[in-house]
Amino acid sequence: MFEIFGIPSQALFGQLLIGLINGSFYALLSLGLAVIFGMLNIINFTHGAQYMLGAFCAFFLLQYAGLGYWTALIVAPLAVGIFGMIIERLFLQWLYKLDHLYGLLLTFGLGLIIEGVFRNYFGSSGLPYRVPESLQGGQNLGFMFLPNYRAWVIVFSLFVCLATWFLIERTRLGAYLRAATENPTLVRAFGINVPRMITLTYGFGVGLAALAGVMAAPIYNVSPQMGADLIIVVFAVVVIGGMGSIMGAIVTGFGLGVVEGLTKVFFPEASNTVIFIIMAIVLLVRPAGLFGRGA
Amino acid sequence: MERVLDPIATSADRPKARAEVVAFVVMVAALIVAPFFLYPLFLMQALCFALFACAFNLLIGYVGLLSFGHALYFGWASYLAAHAAKIWGLPPELAILTGAATAAVLGVMAGSLAIRRQGIYFAMITLALAQMMYFVALQVPFTGGEDGIQAVPRGFMFGFLDLSNQMTMYAVVLVIFLAGFLFIHRIINSPFGEVLKAIRENETRAVSLGYKTDRYKLAAFVLSATLAGVAGGTKAIVFQLASLTDVHWAMSGEVVLMTLVGGLGTVFGPVVGAFVIIAMQNYLSAFDQWVFVIQGVIFVVCVLLFRRGIVGEFAHLLRIKL
Repeated sequence: MFEIFGIPSQALFGQLLIGLINGSFYALLSLGLAVIFGMLNIINFTHGAQYMLGAFCAFFLLQYAGLGYWTALIVAPLAVGIFGMIIERLFLQWLYKLDHLYGLLLTFGLGLIIEGVFRNYFGSSGLPYRVPESLQGGQNLGFMFLPNYRAWVIVFSLFVCLATWFLIERTRLGAYLRAATENPTLVRAFGINVPRMITLTYGFGVGLAALAGVMAAPIYNVSPQMGADLIIVVFAVVVIGGMGSIMGAIVTGFGLGVVEGLTKVFFPEASNTVIFIIMAIVLLVRPAGLFGRGA
Repeated sequence: MERVLDPIATSADRPKARAEVVAFVVMVAALIVAPFFLYPLFLMQALCFALFACAFNLLIGYVGLLSFGHALYFGWASYLAAHAAKIWGLPPELAILTGAATAAVLGVMAGSLAIRRQGIYFAMITLALAQMMYFVALQVPFTGGEDGIQAVPRGFMFGFLDLSNQMTMYAVVLVIFLAGFLFIHRIINSPFGEVLKAIRENETRAVSLGYKTDRYKLAAFVLSATLAGVAGGTKAIVFQLASLTDVHWAMSGEVVLMTLVGGLGTVFGPVVGAFVIIAMQNYLSAFDQWVFVIQGVIFVVCVLLFRRGIVGEFAHLLRIKL
């Protein structure tokens, strides 16, 4: 055990770890928001509720079907993603020609409905979800104790983020997607089914949120409002990073998580507000966002 | 009420103007009679929220800016008004002004940051800044944390109007509401208001015509925040309470909902919307736990089927401007 700037290493690295974990959720969620915004021109206010749905899905699978974490990691994003696609077909598809603000208001309303229903049936207190057997325990790294599950969350989110980046920036499917973002009419003229692509994109973005929810379930409790406050922080992350760049969203997400963790060590009073303060500074210095391509 | 004609108004606009005058007279008459039939506290709550929604509508309806953080001005004004009345012992009119001034200062700070980005980012920035100040309200001692500021004295308005009398209080709230309403009406029908509408329709074109649109947007933002502050301060005096509910994002969502239900960009819409939503909350209080779900459903229905809102649909049907 040693000290850095008068802070015990255990506390410093512990908070850094929590920061990285929060950062992985910020990255996954802002990535989903960015992908959805690029394609649908809608800022998905339901994202927090869908993150919560992912966690609840994992909880239900364990509780009622006896299916564990690893199954949930695949099933929950798929199920919530399909639910998202139904939402897109039922509601969102009527809004693409309207002002952005209607998409925001509609998804805000959907979020209220989903969170309200869950709050009625499960109350406000959290439900516990066990860390899977295979990831229990941890490693002693000498300067800190690293729980296996937390290490897994960071590594796996990073992998999912980079895979998403690869899919969008380096594959043929991603090229169609980027082309359809720039000019949907022209891409349709080439015989590509853009409306279906939009539906799938929404499902994918929502699936990312649900995946983050499943990973969060063993760390935080599963509770109906776990997404509501988180999503506002993620909005600030998105404003800081700008939604123009996939890599930008990933870097900003992880980076801000770390900054938030460090703030908890050195200046705990500001840990809730630090991301918003950074947002204000970025707006003053670089209004388009760190990775933004103009407003 | 003196109606100020738009600079570009023609004789064809006159019947529309007449509809507005008629609607205004009906509204004032209804509000004067109402306390003899309805619970005054309910009416005062609705009037405070009606002014809040009108202030919000000034931005969304006439400048096209969706602020998703208007609870910031409403809530902080309510805290400062409550603090001024209770701890500093200021009379209610000065307490409300303290609240409004707080909201104005916050409006300058948040507004000058938010107008740096357009469209959807504007909404996200205002929401994020409001959330930041929510956490501040949670942490600073004078707000009383979870308890809020309770037992705020109503006091004597101008030294002689005893506000502990429910009817006197109602009259004061009604006068404040009407003054705010007419002030907003004056703003949107002034040359300044015409520039705001030009920015809403086509900001690039307004810039090319030589308008410094950022200054206009900031001015509108601060006016809207200040009036939201008047509403928040008045609310703190009426209910003798300022609490975290008033600064929470759910409150920002509520004022958006009121305006949407009544009709975005209509003069009377926010008033109708506020009464509808407050009435819903009061009379459906048996379904208290479902209130968010019901609000969510109203959001979805309004956006999909009913984008003009109650007043907007009505005006559209009769081909008048309200």
